[in-house]
Amino acid sequence: MRRYLIKRLIGMIVVIFLVLSIAFVLVRLAPGDPASLMLGPDATPGEVQDLRVRLGLDRSIIVQYATFLGNALRGDLGTSLFFDQPVTQVLAARAEPSIFLALMSLAVALLIAAPIGIWAAYRRGSLGDQMSVSTAMLAASVPSFLTGLIFQRVLATDLGWFPVSGYGGPGAGFWDRMGYLILPAITLGITNSALILRFTRASMLDILGEDYVRTARAKGMSEARVVLRHALKNAGIPIITVIGLTFALLVSGAVVTERVFNLPGMGNLVVNAVLRRDYPVIQGTLIVVAALYVLVNLVTDLLYLVVDKRVKY
Amino acid sequence: MAASSSTSPPQGLIRQLARRPSVVIALVFFVTIVGACFALPVLGVTDVGGMSVRNRLSPPGVNGYMLGADAFGRDLMGRLLLAGQVSLGIGLGVSILSSILGVAIGLLAGFYKRLDTPLSRLIDALMAFPDILLALSLVAIFGGTMINVILALSIVYTPRIARIVRASTLVIRELPYVEAARALGTRTPSIMWTHVLRNIASPILVQATFIFAYAMLAEAGLSFLGVGIDPQTPTWGIMVNEGRQYIDNAFFLILFPGFVIALAVLSLQIVGDGLRDALDPRLAKET
Repeated sequence: MRRYLIKRLIGMIVVIFLVLSIAFVLVRLAPGDPASLMLGPDATPGEVQDLRVRLGLDRSIIVQYATFLGNALRGDLGTSLFFDQPVTQVLAARAEPSIFLALMSLAVALLIAAPIGIWAAYRRGSLGDQMSVSTAMLAASVPSFLTGLIFQRVLATDLGWFPVSGYGGPGAGFWDRMGYLILPAITLGITNSALILRFTRASMLDILGEDYVRTARAKGMSEARVVLRHALKNAGIPIITVIGLTFALLVSGAVVTERVFNLPGMGNLVVNAVLRRDYPVIQGTLIVVAALYVLVNLVTDLLYLVVDKRVKY
Repeated sequence: MAASSSTSPPQGLIRQLARRPSVVIALVFFVTIVGACFALPVLGVTDVGGMSVRNRLSPPGVNGYMLGADAFGRDLMGRLLLAGQVSLGIGLGVSILSSILGVAIGLLAGFYKRLDTPLSRLIDALMAFPDILLALSLVAIFGGTMINVILALSIVYTPRIARIVRASTLVIRELPYVEAARALGTRTPSIMWTHVLRNIASPILVQATFIFAYAMLAEAGLSFLGVGIDPQTPTWGIMVNEGRQYIDNAFFLILFPGFVIALAVLSLQIVGDGLRDALDPRLAKET
């Protein structure tokens, strides 16, 4: 167990190191001088030289790399060219809508997918099962921007049930702001429910074939009890796994969804950074999101230990 | 097809697939979409870009436009087909390129112990970046051309193939017949090609089908965000993005391209599922 933990942590450190290296290399791969590229065609040679010095581009690539790694480990991801603020600060200012959007849409996805997935597995092969599996596939095939635009048009603009877009403006209170996230969270939740549904159904099918389920039935236990007491309890693991898996999906979806609903989150920030060629922000977002992904997957692995006593590492 | 010819000959595969109505319907839809998009130049239709200010934003069925006209009075149907060539081309390009790269990396990692750890960690690190985020950063850095979008998305999806190939290679290289081949003096590249690759062709084909679908979705997402390929070249995602401006009075401008993306992706996913079930019955349960 301890050996596993140590091995896992070392693996994680290696991956984070690689993530940082990839992020470093990516920005250096951009054709042309990064400084003049960032400043655009109108910059004077003096301005370019100033920025080169500021970014440390006048030093050797090894020194740049070492400085970058050292800074990143100390939590310094550079300075945004557009905002002229530390990247970490820029990201932190936009974290709230993104984090709550992710959490709320995960909740929506679980609420939709888990019960349907369990039910579909229980009624395997029935019309309802086939329909729920097909619907899940459809949900995963419709681009989330299309779902978002349709919901926005019908549920917000036409019916007025939800705010159309934005995050409530500067003076909005916390619950006001959360109100702006409901429709985006439903949009994103539906897209992500597909994977969770398929996963829940598959693992539920496995569990329903287990000996202890047969034993429970043989004992004359009612079907509801078999499903709820024995099967559901063991469906915890796959549901945890899928949360780790959907994280990446969630972030990608969030970038698009934030754009549709004009939420001032990290997704919208990174798209604007791309349009403005604000490389430090792009780099910083990549690092933060990838590190989060690695962390989420470590946590879900460790949660297995808590949920399933049979799992031993 | 290179799948182990003794167990699943193409004929058997076709018969297996034909037994599933959903797969047949999906194939028909997909082939229709591809056929329609690429038949356009064959039929000699070239003036789909023709503008007509008088007919701008004509609703579907009005003024002779089956699916309506866009803000420049261009026939939406024609543009959909033209854009389809690009969207489908990107999907196909990504699925082929990421398969080639993934097979190469996966075989190397699976066969050479010394390369396994570094390559596997690299795969892990690449998979830590969410697809759209990595793709849009790559496109931002290299510029939004069709080739760059294909390259960027291939980098994003290569790890998926590499992982599968590595895992299968690790299993297959320990099998008695590989050992026998090695004992007979067969060289490693030849073992890789004749014994390993032929046996893992099916999972690669299945995964490549899914990547085709994901890549089309991702490209649509990138184009929608305005960071995909140059908007001069229409793709389905770009059409949705352009239609956003007219969302209040011409919703069909968004609806039709969005619907075609969904239809193409859905049919590819159903075909992928069908292929998986037909090629490997053990996996059928995990749908």
